[in-house]
Amino acid sequence: MSTPEAYTPPESHAAIVALAKSVAGCDSLIVSGFRDNVRLEVPPAASLEALRKLRSHAGLDLLVDLSAADYLNYPNAVHRYGIWYVLESVETGIRLVVKTWADDPDPRVDSVFDVWRGADWMEREVFDLFGIVFEGHPDLRRILMPDEFSSHPLRKDYPLRGDGERHNFHALSREES
Amino acid sequence: MAEGGIPVAIEREPRDGFIVAKLDELASWCRKNSLWPMPFATACCGIELMATGASKHDIARFGAEAFRFSPRQCDLLIVAGRVVMKMLPVMQRIWLQMPEPKWCISMGACASSGGVFDTYAVVQGIDRFLPVDVYVPGCPPRPEQLLQAVMDLQDKVARTGTILGREFQGRESPEGPRSLRGELDPSRQIVAPGNFRSSTRAWSLPTVAGRPGA
Amino acid sequence: MGLTLADAIAPPDGSGHECQWTLNFGPQHPATHTTLRLVLNLDGEVILKATPDIGFLHSGFEKLGEHLDFNQYVTIVDRMNYVSPVANEIAWHHSVETLLDIKLTPRCQMIRVIFAELMRIHDHLLACGAAALDLGAFTAFLYAFNQRELINDINEWATGQRFHPSYTRVGGLQRDVDDDWIGRVRSFLKGFPAAHADICRLLNRNRIFIDRCKGIGVLTREEAINRSATGPVARASGVVRDLRKNRPYLAYEAIDFDVVCSQDGDCLARYLVRMEEMLESHKIIAWAIENLPSGPVNSNVDDRMVLPNQLSVYRSIEGLIHHFELNMTNRKWQPPVDEVYASTESPNGELGFYIVSNGAPEAWRARTRPPSFIHFSLFPHLAEGHTVSDVAAILGSLNIIAAELDR
Repeated sequence: MSTPEAYTPPESHAAIVALAKSVAGCDSLIVSGFRDNVRLEVPPAASLEALRKLRSHAGLDLLVDLSAADYLNYPNAVHRYGIWYVLESVETGIRLVVKTWADDPDPRVDSVFDVWRGADWMEREVFDLFGIVFEGHPDLRRILMPDEFSSHPLRKDYPLRGDGERHNFHALSREES
Repeated sequence: MAEGGIPVAIEREPRDGFIVAKLDELASWCRKNSLWPMPFATACCGIELMATGASKHDIARFGAEAFRFSPRQCDLLIVAGRVVMKMLPVMQRIWLQMPEPKWCISMGACASSGGVFDTYAVVQGIDRFLPVDVYVPGCPPRPEQLLQAVMDLQDKVARTGTILGREFQGRESPEGPRSLRGELDPSRQIVAPGNFRSSTRAWSLPTVAGRPGA
Repeated sequence: MGLTLADAIAPPDGSGHECQWTLNFGPQHPATHTTLRLVLNLDGEVILKATPDIGFLHSGFEKLGEHLDFNQYVTIVDRMNYVSPVANEIAWHHSVETLLDIKLTPRCQMIRVIFAELMRIHDHLLACGAAALDLGAFTAFLYAFNQRELINDINEWATGQRFHPSYTRVGGLQRDVDDDWIGRVRSFLKGFPAAHADICRLLNRNRIFIDRCKGIGVLTREEAINRSATGPVARASGVVRDLRKNRPYLAYEAIDFDVVCSQDGDCLARYLVRMEEMLESHKIIAWAIENLPSGPVNSNVDDRMVLPNQLSVYRSIEGLIHHFELNMTNRKWQPPVDEVYASTESPNGELGFYIVSNGAPEAWRARTRPPSFIHFSLFPHLAEGHTVSDVAAILGSLNIIAAELDR
């Protein structure tokens, strides 16, 4: 990560950053940037409030992307999971990445289902693949893996080739069919 | 026998309204020239399968253009694309629903071996769980390759087919490569719990009456 | 265990409908094209609630992205939206090049633009053809496929593969195009408007087609934004947003074209937007092919980010070492330890990649922002209150590609 002190957000984002800082619990949020991305790191306790305010007051009305990464053994990582929200304003085209985090053993963040309906499936996907629970999501169930599946495959401690689930089926012979 | 296994008597113009052929050969001759494919198109290969059916490549030239989406009306399962954990039971169920005699073409690298997708979710070759007659290499195979596979299958039908499907009997054990279940140490294996209700497993399926398992 | 599908498909409470029943649609069904499953709660023929069940093609793309390097993973993203493969490659390498801060050469940019627009035509032809096919109009599908075959030939000429060409590389292309290829593109451009007009004549005034599409599956502008719709689906609902204009990448800034929009937001609008976009793409390609800059396709080979060309690998020791370094497992690239989101306007909508890098030549996390996934989540909203026969129309107009949906 680039050092937060050295980074000042571009002119276009100054008002948005100021707005985000005005949310309770966000006064010390970290602003960073890389290439054309401007990132705000918001503590999970305040993430819902901050995102709600960014939508209603800063006009960031489009939730472009919502996903997560597992930072297990990542260089200098403090938290295990990072969750990002890529927001954009349809009107002005300003784009902002909001990041928050969660930790083992019970990774949880607040759901933004009420703010953007588009978050519905994206949050379910993160729940399915990482096991992060989105509190307040009305229909949080697995979406890509079978309901009975027991692991979260995109976690770093899950092997690429799986734990043998893919071979756990009955083989049909010609006579049986 | 002429080339391609067509009974000689049929090739010539029948005189006096008679043809002479073995019933087995006659049945095979009919079957091979009117294969009804069941397009089990899951991924990219499905697009080439569609291209094969479209005007440029025109699978109708080989008597196999009657794609039917109901397995009950088909006798050729074309598995086009990768098959994953959640889909495999569905595929087996479709295979069980097809009436005898039936054949299976595994189209493309993913269906035949998992292809580039050596991951937790993808079945490493459908032949581990299903009898396969013809494999088509390629990622995805060109339509010409699929046409060749259909022709090869026609040859196979003509060569081995019997009117009562005797060639299938007595093949009691699965024919594909051994399951890879043993690739992991038993302590590492997670046997996925439950019964995959959302995508039923083969052995808990309701099968056709008179078939094993019914 | 938490919620399961069984909970989700339970009939809505207190609806008071007497003759409710549940219909299972897919995962193997002709109108779903690939592997989608819908569980429909019906009252007679009217859909009360639709519950999509997906994941029947989940093959762990993103996990693979963490194990393959930036050039290798291009073969996998190819297979994501397999109806417009090169568009995925361009999106992936656009993100990688943003991460590595590589500037492309003008020629490379223009060739990528041509491919991106060819893919847009390729994709929309299938989307429109298959949408018509599902509604019973088989001929339009055949017309569309004839044109797709021509584009496949163009692909094959440039790359050696009909589709899934794996054509882009970090900072460049697999190889340059030649004059024959340009000739092929020109002859495709010459014939395409007539074929396009044929499809229009078959469908645009077709009573049955219009009756089955008009007013079906209406998505309002507010809902389109609220539910993160992008691309033709959003533009058909009046969201004027096209990343080629809004956040220009490649050479789009220099090219004159219009963004096609509609206000109706129904299946017909989505079909018409796609048809019009093909003509815009045609315009872009026609301009780009005549203004193709000369020069190299690989940007600044000396900074050891881009694969050297074959001749220099075979004939010079520097080239050989360079090639070797970009392929050895412990060398390759050294991206900054940071993360970046970059996206392109793929035929289906915004296709973005969020790459988290730990300094290794493989991504730590290669998140795809898949338009099909988002658009399919619109389906329950669009289908509610319509009849079973409209399911095919709505699915066709959303153009869901299962491999991109499930990854």
